[in-house]
Amino acid sequence: MIRAFGYNEFLFLVSAMQWTLALSAIAFVGGATVGLVIALARTSDIKAVRLAATGYIQLFQGTPLLMQLFLVFFGATVLGLDLNPWAAAALGLTLNASAFLGEIWRGCIQAVPRGQWEAASALGLRYPGLMRYVILPQAVKVAVPPTVGFLVQLIKSTSLAAIIGFTELTRAGQIVNNATFQPFLVFGIVAVLYFLMCWPLSLLSARLERRYALATR
Amino acid sequence: MASAYDTTDVPAPRPVSGEVVIRMAGVQKWYDSFHVLKDIELEVRKGERIVICGPSGSGKSTLIRCINQLEKHQKGTITVNGVTIDAHHRHLDQVRRDVGMVFQQFNLFPHLTVVENCMLAPMRVRGTSKQEARDIAMKYLARVRIPEQADKYPGQLSGGQQQRVAIARSLCMNPKVMLFDEPTSALDPEMVKEVLDTMIGLAEDGMTMLCVTHEMGFAKSVADRVIFMDRGEIVEQATPAEFFTNPRSERTRNFLGQILTH
Repeated sequence: MIRAFGYNEFLFLVSAMQWTLALSAIAFVGGATVGLVIALARTSDIKAVRLAATGYIQLFQGTPLLMQLFLVFFGATVLGLDLNPWAAAALGLTLNASAFLGEIWRGCIQAVPRGQWEAASALGLRYPGLMRYVILPQAVKVAVPPTVGFLVQLIKSTSLAAIIGFTELTRAGQIVNNATFQPFLVFGIVAVLYFLMCWPLSLLSARLERRYALATR
Repeated sequence: MASAYDTTDVPAPRPVSGEVVIRMAGVQKWYDSFHVLKDIELEVRKGERIVICGPSGSGKSTLIRCINQLEKHQKGTITVNGVTIDAHHRHLDQVRRDVGMVFQQFNLFPHLTVVENCMLAPMRVRGTSKQEARDIAMKYLARVRIPEQADKYPGQLSGGQQQRVAIARSLCMNPKVMLFDEPTSALDPEMVKEVLDTMIGLAEDGMTMLCVTHEMGFAKSVADRVIFMDRGEIVEQATPAEFFTNPRSERTRNFLGQILTH
């Protein structure tokens, strides 16, 4: 039986945005936490640590996110773990985001002039204090615009979680379309809803970048 | 090079007989195949003021940067205040607490105010309380004569002011030795004097100082000993009187001829 696309269908799509946002938020927090470790490892003095972090980044940047989600989702089953789509999507996106954020932040850490490391070391600060009080506060200022930019990518990436059965905005679109057979209308609305989530962030990113450019001129 | 100091009068040598604070023995360093420090032998006594000069690329900055291990040497021993630098992080910490350093590019922390720049190391390295760290910072900012700038950010200060803050920041750790790596080379000419005056004040208070500088006027009026380096070697060391009036080596004469004629 074919249903007409009505107010209820529209509401269903709008309410699915919350799952897209929730998944994005979890992936961002997880990705940021692991990403910081990756960024620190990439800038470490210890070669083995640096190489391991480089390998991690290349692995996740060099394979499609969809494959990573599949591997986490089906891999867990192979290992005997029963991972629900929620957990699999959150884990897969966290790993992926951590590789990208790690690489973005590595650049930001290395953008802090060498003289800052030297001055802090000469004052007797060891690595943890040097990072926490001198390098990272300066790196953060550089990092904010590209990080917000990456958040836009991440929100769009969550649409792939639909394929492993996690009901977020894209999956909700599929469900509504299967009932109404109005793909252009349904996916048009889905696209507009994504745009409404991403556009403010893109604006924010561009604005932060301009402000940063002014501050460092 | 223009200098605010008269280069003709050389004061009589000041007797220095304190204990040895820095001892470098057989120190060698390579950058890949480039031999940047060749068998450096150097003893610095308490209260001594040493100026190191030489052409660019002669290894003079590298030498003082080895003392607090911003550069690692490959051979030889460096001992600071009885602590020999080795693989133990504890020894390096000890040395860095005793040795202050002032850089050509100031290297103030731009995200912290002037007073916070000075408070950071006492609080985070020595564990001094915030209030006490602030008191110490204000004391040394007053000593370099810019206490009124305490709450500004480094970017709001002139180069000369920034360099004086950098000196105060080092002094807050109560170092036994101060290293200066071309402290006036990045300054506009009109700001050189205020920084040199601050350094002279330190010297008068008995601070042990090693200065890499091209300020020959400063060398003549303040140094107990002038060290000339070329191609990674200490070519000559002498009192300023001997060094400027009667240099022994040909290389020293060439160098002095080049810098003193313009």
